[in-house]
Amino acid sequence: MELATMLELLGSGLVLTLQVFFTTLIGALPLGVVVALCRMSKFKPLALITRLYISIMRGTPLMLQLMALMFGPYYLFGLQLGGDWKYWACSIGFIINYAAYFGEIYRSGLQSIPRGQYEAAEVLGYTRSQTFLKIVLPQVVKRILPAMSNEVITLVKDTSLAFVVGIMEMFTQAKALAASQVSMIPYVLAGVIYWVFNFIVEMILTRIEKKLNYYHD
Amino acid sequence: MTEQSTLPLLAIEHAKKSFGNTEVLKDISLSVTPGEVVAIIGPSGGGKSTLLRCATLLETLDGGSLSFGDVQVAHDENGRAVYAGKDTIKKAKEQFGLVFQDFNLFPHYTVLKNVMDAPVSVLKRPRAEAEQHARELLAKMGLSGKEDMVPCELSGGQKQRVAIARALAMNPEILFFDEPTSALDPELTKEVLKVIRDLAAERMTMVIVTHEMKFARDVADRIVFMDGGFIVEEGPASSVIDNPQHQRTKSFLSNYEGE
Repeated sequence: MELATMLELLGSGLVLTLQVFFTTLIGALPLGVVVALCRMSKFKPLALITRLYISIMRGTPLMLQLMALMFGPYYLFGLQLGGDWKYWACSIGFIINYAAYFGEIYRSGLQSIPRGQYEAAEVLGYTRSQTFLKIVLPQVVKRILPAMSNEVITLVKDTSLAFVVGIMEMFTQAKALAASQVSMIPYVLAGVIYWVFNFIVEMILTRIEKKLNYYHD
Repeated sequence: MTEQSTLPLLAIEHAKKSFGNTEVLKDISLSVTPGEVVAIIGPSGGGKSTLLRCATLLETLDGGSLSFGDVQVAHDENGRAVYAGKDTIKKAKEQFGLVFQDFNLFPHYTVLKNVMDAPVSVLKRPRAEAEQHARELLAKMGLSGKEDMVPCELSGGQKQRVAIARALAMNPEILFFDEPTSALDPELTKEVLKVIRDLAAERMTMVIVTHEMKFARDVADRIVFMDGGFIVEEGPASSVIDNPQHQRTKSFLSNYEGE
């Protein structure tokens, strides 16, 4: 098989990989804020439930969570959800899993902002939302960026788990190709593509980090 | 106008505040008239900072009343402090400014933005006007040329002067200082105290919690000595510092002898 044909097949998988990646970020980045706020809520039951949710999301394999979402509705409730369900299962699974991790990173950032910042803003008359958006959030972003970089890079590689619900993302394509061609080349190619993907992610995040480096606390 | 000027700018009556089982303020009454400079001195844990934090609404009183001019923030109902609604609190907050011990500048904003952001975002002043005012205040604080720097590039004394400019930018009627020089070395302390002295000369109304006895004696119209949640003694510096009546004041001040 020609290298070009292999790359074409891997490329079609890459489209799905990118789809999983961006869907997860778009869903989990904002949902993580909600998770962090619920986790820090003064309303104890809500904080407790959120802790349990985070514990389950972090304490069980994402692969298992995806399988539960994919097959649970049928085995538990006898629901037939059609051929598109795998995309929903995959998106929901990734988003709620990553939101748990992001939420904990946000929480660490939020709790690291000194109380004096809130007090200074309060005395100056900033509203609560102004204080959060203008004073706290920009400082949180700078503080959590290294931890977020880690998580986003892990996400790039985790997209390969979408295979359990039958999504032909890039790594699934590579496995199929390797089997049919009796060759290691597709794995090598897939490895290079993941690395280039992450290299770009790293560059973007490093650029943001540099941009925020104009001050330190 | 004449009626307003007779009203104290700050009036605290029978203030009580506890944290858990610890009574920090037992029965404090303090009023400050326009143009007056009041220095609050006393040992750590005596309730000075708590009093300031209650006056600036960072803490709520358990009992007593609090008002700024004709804006009544809290009134006493059967020994419990009852606070007014949101709008009144907002109005009260426009009356005062607070300078913190550890500055609490916004590290991600430039010096200029630290000073002009609240007037624009909170008081909705036109940006150009706020910027001009901020530049004037910074010049007055001896910080011309530092407008585009960020706080981490400044010395502690410069940071504190930015913080004073930030508070003044809101045009407060009364300015509170919570140990403004405690985080600074003697040299930097001097430059911050000079700025406060200049404000006093302009008849800015100020309440200053401080451990700088010499400064308090020089700048304050009235000294308040607090200990154990009470005001032990108050009056002009010539009496409280130079000729204290109470044993507790005498023993506290003896630590400063020779300064």
